[in-house]
Amino acid sequence: MKIHIKNGRLIDPAAGIDAQKDLFLAAGKVAGIGTAPDGFAANRIIDASGLVVCPGLIDLAARLREPGFEYRATLESEMAAAVAGGVTSLACPPDTDPPLDEPGLVEMLKHRARHPNFAHVYPVGALTVGLAGERLTEMAELHEAGCVAFGQAHLPVTDTRVLMRAMQYAATFDFPVWLQAQDPFLGQDGVAHDGEVATRLGLAGIPVSAETIALSTILQLARDTGVRIHVTRISSAAALDMIVAARASGIGVSCDVSVNHLHLSDADIGYFDPHANLVPPLRSGPDRDALRRGLAEGTVNALCSDHTPVDDDAKQLPFAEAEAGATGLELLLPLTLKWAAEMQLPLARALARITSDAARILGLAAGVLAPGAAADVCIFDPRGSLKVTRESLRSQGKNTPFLGRELPGRVRYTLLDGHVAYENGR
Amino acid sequence: MRNPQLNSHGELQHLLTIDGLPREILAAILDTAAPFTEVAEREVKKLPLLRGKSVFNLFFENSTRTRTTFEIAAKRLSADVINLNISTSSTAKGETLLDTVDNLCAMQADMFVVRHAASGAPFLIAQHLAAMGLEHIHVINAGDGRHAHPTQGLLDMYTIRHYKKDFTGLTVAIIGDLLHSRVARSQIHALTALGVPELRVIGPKTLIPTDVAQLGVRVFHDMRAGLKDVDVVMMLRLQNERMQGALLPSPQEFFKYYGLTADKLECARPDAIVMHPGPMNRGVEIDSAVADGPHAVILPQVTFGIAVRMAVMSMLAGN
Repeated sequence: MKIHIKNGRLIDPAAGIDAQKDLFLAAGKVAGIGTAPDGFAANRIIDASGLVVCPGLIDLAARLREPGFEYRATLESEMAAAVAGGVTSLACPPDTDPPLDEPGLVEMLKHRARHPNFAHVYPVGALTVGLAGERLTEMAELHEAGCVAFGQAHLPVTDTRVLMRAMQYAATFDFPVWLQAQDPFLGQDGVAHDGEVATRLGLAGIPVSAETIALSTILQLARDTGVRIHVTRISSAAALDMIVAARASGIGVSCDVSVNHLHLSDADIGYFDPHANLVPPLRSGPDRDALRRGLAEGTVNALCSDHTPVDDDAKQLPFAEAEAGATGLELLLPLTLKWAAEMQLPLARALARITSDAARILGLAAGVLAPGAAADVCIFDPRGSLKVTRESLRSQGKNTPFLGRELPGRVRYTLLDGHVAYENGR
Repeated sequence: MRNPQLNSHGELQHLLTIDGLPREILAAILDTAAPFTEVAEREVKKLPLLRGKSVFNLFFENSTRTRTTFEIAAKRLSADVINLNISTSSTAKGETLLDTVDNLCAMQADMFVVRHAASGAPFLIAQHLAAMGLEHIHVINAGDGRHAHPTQGLLDMYTIRHYKKDFTGLTVAIIGDLLHSRVARSQIHALTALGVPELRVIGPKTLIPTDVAQLGVRVFHDMRAGLKDVDVVMMLRLQNERMQGALLPSPQEFFKYYGLTADKLECARPDAIVMHPGPMNRGVEIDSAVADGPHAVILPQVTFGIAVRMAVMSMLAGN
């Protein structure tokens, strides 16, 4: 199959390209940029006039809910959401049921996800058995089964000795460790940022120090063990400051933020909107603004959807009783574009955070459109828009604080390995 | 985002919180309550305002006093009252909150009086009713988690107005466990809306919520300093489970530093009134000599509570 994508605005952040250029795909790879390779005869021509052609998006956190939570979502429903959102690669956290702590589970997931219209799946293996924070998993075996990193989803390793051992063991094989920073004691029972909003609404608070204390532990152990550390879903300005300072002191640490925390603050809880119940909690306006600036400057390395489909029965509850999380695969691009427009950023720089920069964290040679690279492509209409409704979302999860909003950008085509996996709403 | 407790005419559709309610609505409730206090002194303590209406007392958390006063208020307005103690029935069988509500709607409920351990539960019910097109059913929050207890806040305002006439020259102190108190939050919103110029909260740092000053209060940790020249002393209940552990070392130490004694009360104005939402822990947050003393207006609070709840119910039914 040879595809010629013509007349589009080609943006390849890694190569610094943002220009009117045609793209030529052959045998699942990028065959040429700008000019057709010798003897290229397209089987199909896609007219991308007025559209942006960029690398397929890479989402660092998308829960597919398999195994264990098939009543919330299935691989089929969430993969349809992924390609509808222009996402061609995604990392899935290990908090399935059972957690991804055994090679067989990872192999099964990888096997189930092997389908031409499914995004490439990169499982993050459990760092500890059952995510219980007590015993190490067979990381090397899990790696062979397909895990690209090891983490705890949003669960802590309370015992710092276990955490250090886990980092040492991962560092032995140079496996990256992905951790979310939340102290389990200060975070206990809390459901919202500890501030005026939580006080007014009578919601139990989670102080910023719950994040910074856990982060301090993670950073110090990362320095001592030399592990490659990635901090997931940072939520506060103070946490970002600590990461910047840690880098200055020579600790190699990357971090990401979710689309929700990029756009919302605790004020968006409004009148107890359970969709705004998230982990970590939405923090203050100044925290959100610091994350927005950090992502623009690159001190926050990547943006992810933190896709978490939750069924209505678990969401239609009083705020504190509702299950945390928001669906997001289909909102990753629109919310990136919204942020870029509001921050007046060049589109290429914004898209880097969900393509090449995310690929670097995953250790993948993806998120680029260089000749020879996998032909994973997203083609979107930057002037189009997405009205977020229960009906418009393909994900089985209809839970998002952006329900009812009109967001910029509309994905028109998603290509996986040179094959059209999504096209104009189908 | 429209305030979910007001209808499109800006009238009270539900009573969910005092936060955000305009002063005029608060004053109207207090004005409406005034004649209802006399109903209790008649031989026939009944008015026909809610005749034929079904009021469901939906208590997901145990309460005797609040449920009883709502029941009396509804009965004095001639409503049919159905008491549901749900902590011991449906939810134990796995039914969700909104399933319970749907079932009661199918029984032609006109009003829900809701108490729930989770902050915001009455909002969820009100939003659900709106989504189902059942706007004619009214919701009264009878206490949700730490969030709000608006009828308690209103009956406290009625009591203050009864004894002090005008709010705009008062110094008021709220004392004790503000962190877990829905009563305190409703009091703070009501007092600030009604124009109290000096509102103080007093307690140890473990029991004062983060950023509470942004609600318009001054924070004191020294009770005598906080009580200086106060017109109204509002004590809060300290729940048993908070008395020992990481929040407070012991009830004895709490009483010594934050319990209201005659001695500490001397810091307040000589004509200060002392209030308590009940039930009291004598010897923990308040000394018996004060609770039973000349400054206390704790039992009138209970009496006024019935009139205020009658006012709220009749106003909602009329809107």
